Amino acid sequence: MEKLISGLKLGLYQTFILDNNYQYFVRGIGITLLVTACALVLGLVIGVMIAIVRSAHDQQPANKRGPVLKFLNGVCKVYLTVIRGTPTMVQLLIMWFVIWASARATDSNMIRCAIVTFGINSGAYIAEIVRSGIMSIEAGQMEAGRSLGMSYADTMRFIIIPQAFKNVLPALGNELITLLKETSIVTVIGLKDLTKGAMIIQSKTYQAFVPFFAIAAIYLVMVLFLTWLLGKLEGRLRQSDIR
Amino acid sequence: MKKKIVSAVLCLSMAAALLAGCGSSSSTSADTTEETTEEETEEEVAEEETEAAEETEEAAEESEEAAEVTTVTEGVLTMGTNAAFPPYEYYDGDVVVGIDAEIAEALAEKLGLTLEIVDMDFSSIITSVQSGKIDVGIAGMTVTDERLENVNFTDSYATGVQVIIVPEGSDITSVDDLSNEDLLIGVQEGTTGHIYCSDDYGEDRVIAYTNGATAVQALLQGKVDCVVIDQQPALAYVEANEGLAILDTEYVIEEYAIAVSKDNEALLDALNAALAELTADGTVQSILDTYITAE
Repeated sequence: MEKLISGLKLGLYQTFILDNNYQYFVRGIGITLLVTACALVLGLVIGVMIAIVRSAHDQQPANKRGPVLKFLNGVCKVYLTVIRGTPTMVQLLIMWFVIWASARATDSNMIRCAIVTFGINSGAYIAEIVRSGIMSIEAGQMEAGRSLGMSYADTMRFIIIPQAFKNVLPALGNELITLLKETSIVTVIGLKDLTKGAMIIQSKTYQAFVPFFAIAAIYLVMVLFLTWLLGKLEGRLRQSDIR
Repeated sequence: MKKKIVSAVLCLSMAAALLAGCGSSSSTSADTTEETTEEETEEEVAEEETEAAEETEEAAEESEEAAEVTTVTEGVLTMGTNAAFPPYEYYDGDVVVGIDAEIAEALAEKLGLTLEIVDMDFSSIITSVQSGKIDVGIAGMTVTDERLENVNFTDSYATGVQVIIVPEGSDITSVDDLSNEDLLIGVQEGTTGHIYCSDDYGEDRVIAYTNGATAVQALLQGKVDCVVIDQQPALAYVEANEGLAILDTEYVIEEYAIAVSKDNEALLDALNAALAELTADGTVQSILDTYITAE
């Protein structure tokens, strides 16, 4: 028992205090959150655009679809297939070592590469989530909006999307949580995120227990915080439902 | 009711499958190296036949030694390495070969054990030795004070040199040039090159990759300006990739040894004894000579 405690003490000391190792965690959290937040924004933009194209296409009768819409829908489908059909880590490696081969390995370049990759990746999943939201709103609402003289864009913006957003919020929360955890694979390109921080500490001190449990706890706390935040948002949006 | 019973049975069997998955860490590692061991066992069968006579003579010694040494899997010497480190360890087809693999093979034979090689990240090797996932770490590993706090090392079997790989015509001509603030240094995570560079030049300019080949890939693309790594793999990388050169000045000189768990003194002693024999009869030198051509 005493051996266990002294071992744990050494682990804690080497993981956090020795050589100011705690800084790996502090900087790592920053990078992980930055990549997650920016990738989510990029993913939302891509996702909403694709969802609008896909749902517009799917909600029209087959004989009334224009050629432009058909083409755009085809492009979106290819994107969804490729991105959802290949592992994120492979996408990251391709982005860093093939597509953006000329980039120097500065922190800012690696962060940019990670944001773009995760944004594009997340966009594919968000697209389908948002599409499910849009298509869950009855066609009658769009028809009503158009009958009242609102343009397609206005009906979407003021009637369909707000309701759809409320419906898909739990699923979007899932995606955000997955994204946060998935950013841990940026270690393969050498970006010093939270996971890389723990790996570096492990390779320096040969402690596995404390650093890995520490980052597990940190990820968990971040997810708990995000869940709480999403709960708040959902509650606020639901206020109009309570009459 | 029937449905409920069926679903309960299914749930149970799934849970059992999960648990079984947890328990068989040794069998999964066996799977990955199955082919290696299969070949070895075949070889061994042949060897055993020819050595049958010798063995009866040595039986007393051998059985004594085998009884003393305990390993993670009985009768098997499990070796952890990072097989992207030519000529010490690398893949030839799907088999890990190289200096370390051959030395380990010779050592295992001396101890009367079968060798099993597990390929893993270099930075995980010492932790794996500590936690008893593998018996020995043989990966061109340098003895350092920090590592000695966590594992035991055998006597050294080879000398390593940390060198600097640069693109041909690079501005970097000596170790001193590395102190330039704008340079990015690529290393393999957890190697002595990583440790020394981080200490000497600061974390920010040192980019750690999970293996040496990726670091060299980054160098070729200009993501980093130089790679600090052990000399022998460096030579192999430079030979395989055009436009790279190794600086004449050496960064650090060090000793390679085998990492053994602190809880397994018997294995350490047995390995040291076997290593001494292999060094005395020239086996170690001849293995080194087959892979490293003298300049």
